[in-house]
Amino acid sequence: MDQSRIDSIVEAVVKELIAAGAIKSATTPSAPDSAQPAGGSTPAARHLSHDTLTIDLPDPTVDALRYAPNVTNPKDLDGLKAMISSTTARIGVGRAGPRYKTNSLLLFQGDHAITQDALMRDVDQKLLDEFGLFTVQTRITGGKQEYLLRPDLGRLLDDEARRTVAEKCAKGANVQVVVGDGLSAAAIEANLRQIFPVIKQGCQSAGLSFGTPFFIQYCRVGVLNDIGDILQPDVVILLIGERPGLGRADSMSAYMAYKPKGGDSDADRDVVCNVFENGGTNPLEAGAFVVQIAQKMRQHQASGVKLKLAAK
Amino acid sequence: MLLRTKLHGKTYEFPDIRLLMGKANEEKSGDRLAGVGAETAAERVAAKLVLAELPLSVLRETPAVPYDEDEVTRVIQDAVNETVYNEIKDWTVGEFREWLLADTTSSEMIKRVSAGLTSEMIAGVTKIMSNLDLIYAAKKIPRTAHCNNTIGTPGTLSSRNQPNHPTDSPEGIRAEIYEGLSYGSGDSVIGINPVDDSYGSVMRLLEMSYDIIKTWEVPTQNCVLAHVTTQMKCLQAGAPIGLIFQSLAGSQKANDSFGISVEMIDEAYALAKKYCFPAGPNYMYFETGQGSALSAEAHNGWDQLTLEARIYGFAKRYSPYQVNTVVGFIGPEYLYDARQIQRAGLEDHFMGKLTGIPMGCDACYTNHARADQNAIENLAVMLTAAGCNYFMGVPMGDDSMLSYQCTSYHDAPTLRQLFGLRPAPEFEKWMENLGLMKNGVLTDKAGDPTFFLRR
Repeated sequence: MDQSRIDSIVEAVVKELIAAGAIKSATTPSAPDSAQPAGGSTPAARHLSHDTLTIDLPDPTVDALRYAPNVTNPKDLDGLKAMISSTTARIGVGRAGPRYKTNSLLLFQGDHAITQDALMRDVDQKLLDEFGLFTVQTRITGGKQEYLLRPDLGRLLDDEARRTVAEKCAKGANVQVVVGDGLSAAAIEANLRQIFPVIKQGCQSAGLSFGTPFFIQYCRVGVLNDIGDILQPDVVILLIGERPGLGRADSMSAYMAYKPKGGDSDADRDVVCNVFENGGTNPLEAGAFVVQIAQKMRQHQASGVKLKLAAK
Repeated sequence: MLLRTKLHGKTYEFPDIRLLMGKANEEKSGDRLAGVGAETAAERVAAKLVLAELPLSVLRETPAVPYDEDEVTRVIQDAVNETVYNEIKDWTVGEFREWLLADTTSSEMIKRVSAGLTSEMIAGVTKIMSNLDLIYAAKKIPRTAHCNNTIGTPGTLSSRNQPNHPTDSPEGIRAEIYEGLSYGSGDSVIGINPVDDSYGSVMRLLEMSYDIIKTWEVPTQNCVLAHVTTQMKCLQAGAPIGLIFQSLAGSQKANDSFGISVEMIDEAYALAKKYCFPAGPNYMYFETGQGSALSAEAHNGWDQLTLEARIYGFAKRYSPYQVNTVVGFIGPEYLYDARQIQRAGLEDHFMGKLTGIPMGCDACYTNHARADQNAIENLAVMLTAAGCNYFMGVPMGDDSMLSYQCTSYHDAPTLRQLFGLRPAPEFEKWMENLGLMKNGVLTDKAGDPTFFLRR
């Protein structure tokens, strides 16, 4: 028997069981049971043979399930739906006694899990190869743990990196793009394919020379200063993974500075943040925006607070 | 000054009080970052051994930042009751610890001695206490306050309703407030962190939250946690404000980086007493957190626990209604993992109570710390045992604006029902009258935010 045949049999059995009330459909919220108080639940008796047991769940992170009302017997179901749609906060979640219902508890844990995995993972080498990015390191030598503990070391290129960058990169470019892992490898993987070509093409059509791009492992934003000191470009654009939010690991930032140098701070920089598809700044648009900012920086010969004042 | 001990045959010597205090701390990544942490586990204990023999007077005379250079130091030193201080100045730090824990030492005795302490003395004793010591001693020091209702009475546990929203949408925030109220969260304050710190935005949120308080006659107070200068402007323009908020730091230089000074907070306090709508007399709300001075490079070479203790000494000047450490917010370079966050939470709560302020805790973590929700639930249980005044209530602990996780709307009733505690008395009566709570337990109507849609 082939797999699709098996699947269709399973599906038919599940449909029968749902129709018979033996199990609940996973894709529709359960009907309110008027006998149940808000904080209580009594599982229905089931007569299900283990041989026919099939657990094949939909993704609980899709909006239809994530934002499904979960309060047992709400006074005003339409009102509850409207309230839930007014915020991304986890409301209308109901309760089991004073605690969470099982589905909301596990959804929360799933959202936290994706951020943890993004944080501890390295950017896929294949992606870096695709864009011809060579890799250098900051002064972090002790892996992700040291990276999290020592932001000061993540802001400095190590000696080998300084030599490699000086050897391999064109100096004095109008725009120097650098990619850094930051706090989320997933953010780079999710956005680089869209944003990178837009920046490159945008620079070409604006007549800006495009330096030799490369990748920095264990990277913090402050590394902009070292790049400026070594390569003397007009504008440095650092594409870097942001600190993951709960359930959101694909958010990237583009930090930018005009002629950065040792001692510069955040006040000397500009940033386009929350770059991600579906809800954030779209990476294609972000790429075009970044090129515009680079042009403005060159025009006013400034970035950060100084650019704000100069462009007034 | 010679500060030296042997431990397991090896000699450890400490050059000064500053390094002795740093090395005597339980392990914290921020102390490592500052270069004041112990190099080895044995060196840490050696520092504790020496610190335990130090007379309290030495700590009084060695403030983290000199008196002439720092207004926070002056606030703390000038507030000392010299008569009380003279009675205890010769106690060693170790003797002080045992006195705090002794069965013969009452709550009233501790409260009297608090008046003779400086923050460095409080930090010193905290360093040589175990976690259970911190829980046990803090429980002996209830600190109550009153604004529209009463916080911190033994037998109660309060919850700040923290209905933050990624774009400050009044409808979204209102929905979150209703969700929280339906679980009994909001007796400490309905406190909103705004995205937009501007006058117009803050005004709008103050009026919206006040409208809910009036409509439902909620015995609580509202607060929008913008910069204090914005709140002062709103207050002068006639905005309905329950509590005035500000984040504080433990040195003048760090407060500079927050854009505040003693003079500014004095002025805010005077305005609050004059214009806030509740009965009072406590109108101020402060937040703190270990590592804030270091991150502003304003720690003067001292450890983060001592700087934190100094914030409480500063806060005490304003008889606050509530103060909480935001203990895991700052990130893993200061508090690396669950163990360090939990330790700091217990330290901060104890130090606040010993200083004399009504202390709660934002038990929280960021996504790049090695911690999870279980770690925060553990900390909340420990702090409830310690008599903590209040926790944050956030929808499922996931703050959709600040992108960190803390305690939830569900956690307040869980901890109350677990420990046999009640909300603030006025608030409990209100919940009972509405039929949301009976005998300290949520009723069937509770947990449904649409309960509040009918008015």
